[in-house]
Amino acid sequence: MKVLVPIKRVIDFNVKVRAKSDETGPDLTNVKMAINPFCEIAVEEAIRLKEAGTAQEVIAISIGTNACKEQLRTALALGADRAILVETEIEVEPLGVAKLLKAVVEREQPELIILGKQAIDDDSNQTGQMLASLLSYPQGTFASKIKIEKGKINVTREVDGGLQTVSLDLPAVVTTDLRLNEPRYASLPNIMKAKKKPFDTLTPEELNVDASPRIEILKVSPPPERPTGIIVNSVDELIDKLKNEAKVIS
Amino acid sequence: MSILVIAEHDNDELKGATLNTITAAKEIGPDIELLVVGFSCDAVVEKACLIPGISKVLVADKETYKNFLAENIGSLIAEIGSDYSHILASATSNGKNFMPRVAALLDVAQISEIISVLSEDTFERPIYAGNCIATVKSSDSIKVITVRATGFDDCESEGGSAPRENLDLDTNLGISIFVREEIAESDRPELTAADIVISGGRGMQSGENFSLLEGIADKLGAAIGASRAAVDSGFVPNDMQVGQTGKIVAPNLYIAVGISGAIQHLAGMKDSKVIVAINKDADAPIFQVADYGLVADLFDALPELESKL
Repeated sequence: MKVLVPIKRVIDFNVKVRAKSDETGPDLTNVKMAINPFCEIAVEEAIRLKEAGTAQEVIAISIGTNACKEQLRTALALGADRAILVETEIEVEPLGVAKLLKAVVEREQPELIILGKQAIDDDSNQTGQMLASLLSYPQGTFASKIKIEKGKINVTREVDGGLQTVSLDLPAVVTTDLRLNEPRYASLPNIMKAKKKPFDTLTPEELNVDASPRIEILKVSPPPERPTGIIVNSVDELIDKLKNEAKVIS
Repeated sequence: MSILVIAEHDNDELKGATLNTITAAKEIGPDIELLVVGFSCDAVVEKACLIPGISKVLVADKETYKNFLAENIGSLIAEIGSDYSHILASATSNGKNFMPRVAALLDVAQISEIISVLSEDTFERPIYAGNCIATVKSSDSIKVITVRATGFDDCESEGGSAPRENLDLDTNLGISIFVREEIAESDRPELTAADIVISGGRGMQSGENFSLLEGIADKLGAAIGASRAAVDSGFVPNDMQVGQTGKIVAPNLYIAVGISGAIQHLAGMKDSKVIVAINKDADAPIFQVADYGLVADLFDALPELESKL
């Protein structure tokens, strides 16, 4: 089977982002960028399917500026067979991303699309579900385990109270949760080899998709500050403060 | 045009998150309808009809909807959705699962996890793990929104008498099947609904040591949570995770034990009214958000705390 893995270039998860002082957006000057952690898990899962002989080809795809090539190269170094960049300067929202991915799915006909459940920049948690919906495919969101057999995929999902398992017809969309796997690191020889792997660039126009935004960001501000706390010296003092000052226990 | 709120429930019980979502709806406009979609869910419908300020309760009670499969529920809501100006659901694992399908079918954007309503088309939502708050304005004719429960108070749950209207729709796409569910049983309050939460992190060192939190949780009537580090280390199951990608909580009292305070964890708890941190590392970032910090070895502090409460 062919597996498509959409990935997103985002700020490195260790960076604490601050709003710009003029509140026009987050301050991203000179910050380290990386593959979104959930997308990295998606790449890893696809590669494992290939190593297990279940998948024959893994295609990584990203939507964004030319800079996204860096993350696609990483996906190739990790083991993806080829990469597609849908190049655009506009900030594409999840619905637009889903429409672009749908157009690529129609060209490539993968049987499985694995993507991260959420990007750690806009925290939307929408793209996989929207893509599945536009394609009339089933979805296994927040996956912690997948198993493919006889034209179906069983997906164990992380839900509020525990775990839920669903059985989906293929083709299907899976979105990854943290415990699905632990992604590997790219080795130096593989990083070198990745440079020779096929790399296509498309545009939204070529795919005939209108990905213009529907939401206007009026401002981006810092969250309300918490008042500075105090350090207590003993358990007794802590209990006293909670009872008599904060009045949160009795 | 009216606002449609999707009720969060498990076919037996109407979940509290529904009441927070209705509060958000009331801040948008006065005409609110509630949809209960499930199977054999009359007990839920009865409770739903009692909520004041609801003009009617729509009911889709079909076996198709028993396990809340997103494919089938998404299609149902999209089918009736074009009659509404806004469609709201709680940002629970159910709401997050089916709402983007609804938005895509209606060809509109979704606005995820709003924490406040500024006007009928303008909302605030956290981005970058809550390190920034975005004010967003939607230009779509139908606003599809998920609501973060901690951003809104719960509305009154009794005193109303909304009429029930059954929907005769059965949108079974037949592409997904429910296999099984493993839901943790606990006598403790639910993490997202508890007044007090006590959470452990990597500093707990093992799953067995979480029993040190249990005694305190029992005395305080608290729920027990965990940091991602504790989940990743295999100490406790993922449904206990508080954080950017786990549960978002805002209890009256949050006690963080052996938790360093990574950005991802803070995103899930920093709106708590009072935060206590117990950690032996005085430089741990968790102390920057704590109202009361205790620099101590948790293996000394926890037994003492339990005995003195």
